[in-house]
Amino acid sequence: MRYLPHTKEDIKSMLAVTGHSSVDDLFECIPEQLRTKQGMELPEALSEWDLDAHMEALASQNIACKDYKCFIGAGNYDHFIPAIIPYLISRSEFCTAYTPYQPEVSQGTLQGIYEFQTMITELLGMDIATASHYDCGTALAETALIALRKHRKANKIAISALVHPSHRQIVETYIIPAGYQMVEIPYTKEGLTDVSAIDGMDDIAGIAVQSPNFLGNIEDLSSFRAAADKKKIMFTVSFTEALAYGLLKNPGSFGADLVAGEGQSLGIAKTFGGPGLGLLAGTKKLMRNLPGRLIGKTKDTNGDNGYVLTLATREQHIRREKASSNICSNNGLNAMTAAIYLATVGKIGIREIAQQNHDKAFYLKSCLEKSEFTPVYDSSFFNEFVMKAPEGFAAKRNELIKENCMLAGLSLEQFYPDFKDHYLFCATEKVSKEDIDQLTKEVQP
Amino acid sequence: MSNRPGTSGLIFKEPQLWDKSSEGRCAVSIPRTDVERSELDKKYVGDAPDLPQLSELDVVRHYTRLSQWNFGVDSGMYPLGSCTMKYNPKTNEVQAARQGFAGAHPLSGEEFSQGALKLMYYLEKYLATITGFDAVSLQPAAGAHGELAGMLVIHAYHAKKGKQRSKIIIPDTAHGTNPASATLCGYQSINIKSGEKGILEPEAVAAVMDEETAGIMITNPNTLGLFEDNLKEIAGIVHEKGGLVYGDGANMNAIMGVVKPGEIGVDVLHLNLHKTFATPHGGGGPGSGPIAVTKELEPFLPIPRIEQEIDTYKLVTDCPDTVGRLHTFYGHFGVMIKAYSYILSMGAKGLKDVSTYAVLNANYVKESLKDTMNLPYDQPCMHECVFNDENQREFHITTMDMAKRLLDYGFHPPTVYFPLVVDGAFMVEPTETESKEYIDQFIDAVKAISKEAETDPDKLKKAPYLTKVTRLDEVTAARKPCLRG
Amino acid sequence: MKEIDDLNLPDDLKYTEDHEWAKSEGDLVTVGLNDYAQDQLGEIVFVEVPEVGDTFSQGDEFGSVESVKAVSEMYIPISGEVVEVNEGLEDAPELVNQECYGGGWVIKVKPDDPLEMDKLLDKAAYLDMLKG
Repeated sequence: MRYLPHTKEDIKSMLAVTGHSSVDDLFECIPEQLRTKQGMELPEALSEWDLDAHMEALASQNIACKDYKCFIGAGNYDHFIPAIIPYLISRSEFCTAYTPYQPEVSQGTLQGIYEFQTMITELLGMDIATASHYDCGTALAETALIALRKHRKANKIAISALVHPSHRQIVETYIIPAGYQMVEIPYTKEGLTDVSAIDGMDDIAGIAVQSPNFLGNIEDLSSFRAAADKKKIMFTVSFTEALAYGLLKNPGSFGADLVAGEGQSLGIAKTFGGPGLGLLAGTKKLMRNLPGRLIGKTKDTNGDNGYVLTLATREQHIRREKASSNICSNNGLNAMTAAIYLATVGKIGIREIAQQNHDKAFYLKSCLEKSEFTPVYDSSFFNEFVMKAPEGFAAKRNELIKENCMLAGLSLEQFYPDFKDHYLFCATEKVSKEDIDQLTKEVQP
Repeated sequence: MSNRPGTSGLIFKEPQLWDKSSEGRCAVSIPRTDVERSELDKKYVGDAPDLPQLSELDVVRHYTRLSQWNFGVDSGMYPLGSCTMKYNPKTNEVQAARQGFAGAHPLSGEEFSQGALKLMYYLEKYLATITGFDAVSLQPAAGAHGELAGMLVIHAYHAKKGKQRSKIIIPDTAHGTNPASATLCGYQSINIKSGEKGILEPEAVAAVMDEETAGIMITNPNTLGLFEDNLKEIAGIVHEKGGLVYGDGANMNAIMGVVKPGEIGVDVLHLNLHKTFATPHGGGGPGSGPIAVTKELEPFLPIPRIEQEIDTYKLVTDCPDTVGRLHTFYGHFGVMIKAYSYILSMGAKGLKDVSTYAVLNANYVKESLKDTMNLPYDQPCMHECVFNDENQREFHITTMDMAKRLLDYGFHPPTVYFPLVVDGAFMVEPTETESKEYIDQFIDAVKAISKEAETDPDKLKKAPYLTKVTRLDEVTAARKPCLRG
Repeated sequence: MKEIDDLNLPDDLKYTEDHEWAKSEGDLVTVGLNDYAQDQLGEIVFVEVPEVGDTFSQGDEFGSVESVKAVSEMYIPISGEVVEVNEGLEDAPELVNQECYGGGWVIKVKPDDPLEMDKLLDKAAYLDMLKG
C-alpha cells in the first residue's frame, strides 16, 4: 500500500528495538478474549484508477454531475466560486495542519482566521465573531444556550416559526435534555414573524428571528429588538444567506445581542449540504460567553505582531464539565475559504453580487407571475420568494429536472403542511436571463 | 546534527488584508447585468460592508505567504498525540471535488441524489463492520458532536425506559469534551481515577456505579496510549446496574481488525473520520464524527436515517424515538467522501496494517526514547506513548521548552500537558505513515535537545529561533483581547 | 514558585483552606485571594466576580480566576451579601498578582453572622495546613 512506508527490513529492525518477535505480537498486550475473531467485511482494496472509475460512477448518479440550473436555496445556495478560491485553499499547509496550538508554526492559519473574524464582524456589524461553528443550526443552538444560561431564571427560548425548519429541530435536540424548552413565535399572513405574539410569552430567556426568513422575506428587526428590550431578554438574529448582508442593513445595526448564520454562500461548494460554515457573533459584553475558538492579536518576544488562540479558559479542554460548550473543532478550512472569498469580492464585489441576486430574483418572480404562478407575499425579499404554483406543476417540476436539468423551486408543504402547492424559489448571480426565460417558458401550463 | 530537516529560509512578511487595500480594486469578475436593476426598499438597505479592496494577485500572494508560515503533515512529521496527524491521501481530495458531489444541492430530492445516498449508506455499513456495531449515523459534524450525539442516545434510552438518570462516570484520562458533552445532557460527571498501571480498575467503577448513573465514557485505547484490559468486566458492572457504555473512538486507528468495540461491551461509539480515516484536519476542521450503536440503540439515532429499498436509497425521518436532528442537512458529506475513498483504497488488510504499523511506530519511539525522557507508564503501548519532563527538571527545562526547540529541528511538537494525569506530559503519536527514517530523525532530535537541556538550557528557554515569530505573549492576548483588526 | 516560608501572609487576616483571605473592616468583610493562590495560578488574566446584591453561604463558590490555561473557583469565607465588587479588576486583573491584599481585593461582604470569622484559619493554622 502506497501510504505505508514500512519495508520488510524496517519492520525487522524496528521489532528488534521494541522486543517483539513479530508484528502480531504487538497486540499481545490486549487480552485474547477481547480480540475479534471476525474479519472486516469490506470490498477488496481498489487501485487509484479503479477508485476513480468507481467514484465517478457514483457521482454520476447525482443530478449535480450535469450542468444544472439551480432555482432553489433554503439554506444552501448556488453561487459562483472564483478559481483562486479552491486553488489557494488546497495549499497543503492550510489543509494538512491541525488546530493552531503551536502558534510559532501556525501563523498562516492564525492570521487568516483573525482576518476572517474581522471581516465577519464587518459584514454583520457585530463586535466579536468566533472562528466558526459547524453550521448555522448548531450555532443557533449555542446562542439559545447562552441566552438560557445568562438569564438563569427563564426556562424557554422563543424561536420564530420562520427560522429554517432544520435549525429549529437542532435547537430542540440541543436544549431539551438539559431541561429547557423551545416555543415558536407564529407568523402573520404577510409571511413575517408576528412580533406582537412575544409580549404574551412567559418564562422566555431570549428570542431568535431569521432574516431574510425561511420564506425569503426580510424581517423588521428593530421591532424585535424593542420586544426583547421590553422583556429584558437576549435577541438573536439568524440567517442562511450570508450574501444578503452585502446589501441589507446588518444585524448589528438593529442591536442584535447574538448572530448565528450560515456562511456557505461565501465561496463554499454546496457538497450535499456539508460541510458548510457556522457563523457566530456577539457583542463585546458577551465575549466570555461565546463558545468556540477565538484568535487574538499579540506580540512576540521581539515585539513583532503575531496571533494566538485566546480566551481558551471558556473551552472544554480546560473547563471540562463547566465549559460553555463541548465544541472542540471549528470548520476552520471553510472559515479560511470564506475569508479568501470576502477578500476576493471585496467591498465593490460583494455589493454588486448581492444586488444582482436581488435583481435576478425579482426578474424571476415577475416572469413566473406571467406564467400563472401567484405571488403569495408583498414583503421585500433578497433572493428567495414564495409562489403558489398552477395545477400540475409538481409533475412538471420533476420533468424539468430530468429533461432540462433545472431544479425549479422547492415544495414548502414538507415543512409547513398548510402550504400546499407553495414553492420557494431562489435566483442567484449564476442564473442568466436566458435561463430564467427558458424556465418560464417551460412552466407555462 | 547534519540531517535534521529544519533550517532557516526566506520568510516573507505580509501585512493584514486591509493594510494592502486600495480604493477601487476588486479581485472578482463581476457578472454581466442582463436583467433590470431592481431597487430594494431603502429602509432595508445598508452600507456596503467595508471589506478590503484587492487585485487577484494581491489575494493570491497574501494567502500563499500566509500558508508558508504554517506547518502541515505535508511539511514534516507531526507526532501530535491523540490527534492522529497521518498523511492525507490526495486522491481523496480529487474524489470529493467531483462535480456530481461538490455541486450537489442537499434538497435536490432523493431520486436525483442516489449517488450521494448510496455512498453514505455503504460508508455506514463499512464503519459498522470495522467497529462491530449494528447501525451507524454519519450526521455528527465532528468528534465532539459525535460525543454529544452518543450521549443524547444514552439520555433518550433512559428516558424511554421510564427513568432518567443523573450521573455519568468519566475517567481522569478522558478528553475534556467527554465531561462537557455529558453536561449538555444534564448529567453530572463523576470522575474516577485510573489505576497504577494507567488503566481503569473494575473496583473503581463498581464503587461508584449505581442505578442513578446513566453509564460510563471510556476512551480505548486510552489517552495514555494504553489498552483498557478490563473493559469487558467494567461493561458488565455498568450493564448490571442498567447503565450503558459510551466508547470514545478517537483512538480507533490503533485497533482496526484487532478489536471490535461492539463485541466487547461498548454500546455506542463515536469515530473521528479526520483521525482514523485520514481526512485532513484543515487547521481545525471540518471534521466528521459518526456514531455506531447496538441494535437496541438504533431507534434513537439522529434523523434523517438512510435506508435501502431494493436498489434505491432514501432518507427516513419517521423515527419516533430519535434524539432529533443535529445538523441542518446530513452532516459533513464532503468529509465522508474522503473517508469512503480511503476505506476503499485500503481494504480490510490495509486497515489492519494501518493499526499494526501505527502501534509498531509508537512502540519503537517509546523504546528508543525511554532513556532520554521519563516514561511514567513503562509498558507496551498502542498507537501513542506519553513521556514527561522529569529528567529535564534539574536543568529547569520543561516540556514546553523541549516542544518549542523541536520546531527549530523541523518537527511539529507532540501534544504537551495532556493527558492531565501525567505532570508535564509529552505525548507522541507518530502514526503509521511515517517511515523509519523520519522517525529516527525525530528520535535523534529529541536526544539532541535533551543534551542541549544539560549543556545550554538558556538556549531552550528562548526557542524557537527559526520560525516566523518567536514565543508570543499569551498573557496580554488574554488580558486585553484584540479579536478583530 | 515561592517556597512556603517565602509567602507573604499578613498576621491580621483570616484564611480559608481554599486560599482566600478575609478581613473585617467595620461591619463589612473584604475578601481576596492570598499570596499562595496568586503565586500558584501564575499570571492572572481574568477575574469573574459576582453581582452586587448576590448572597452566598460560607464555602459557596462566588467567582473564578483565570490564568492563560487554567481556571480556579473562589469560595466565600463568610455567609452574607455582596455589597461591593472590585471593578478595577476588569481592566487590570494583574492587580491580584501585584498586590493581592491591596488593590487586588475581590469583593466586600456584609456578613450574616460576623462570628463566622472565628471558624476561619489564622496565619499559623493556615501555614500548618499548607505544610500538611
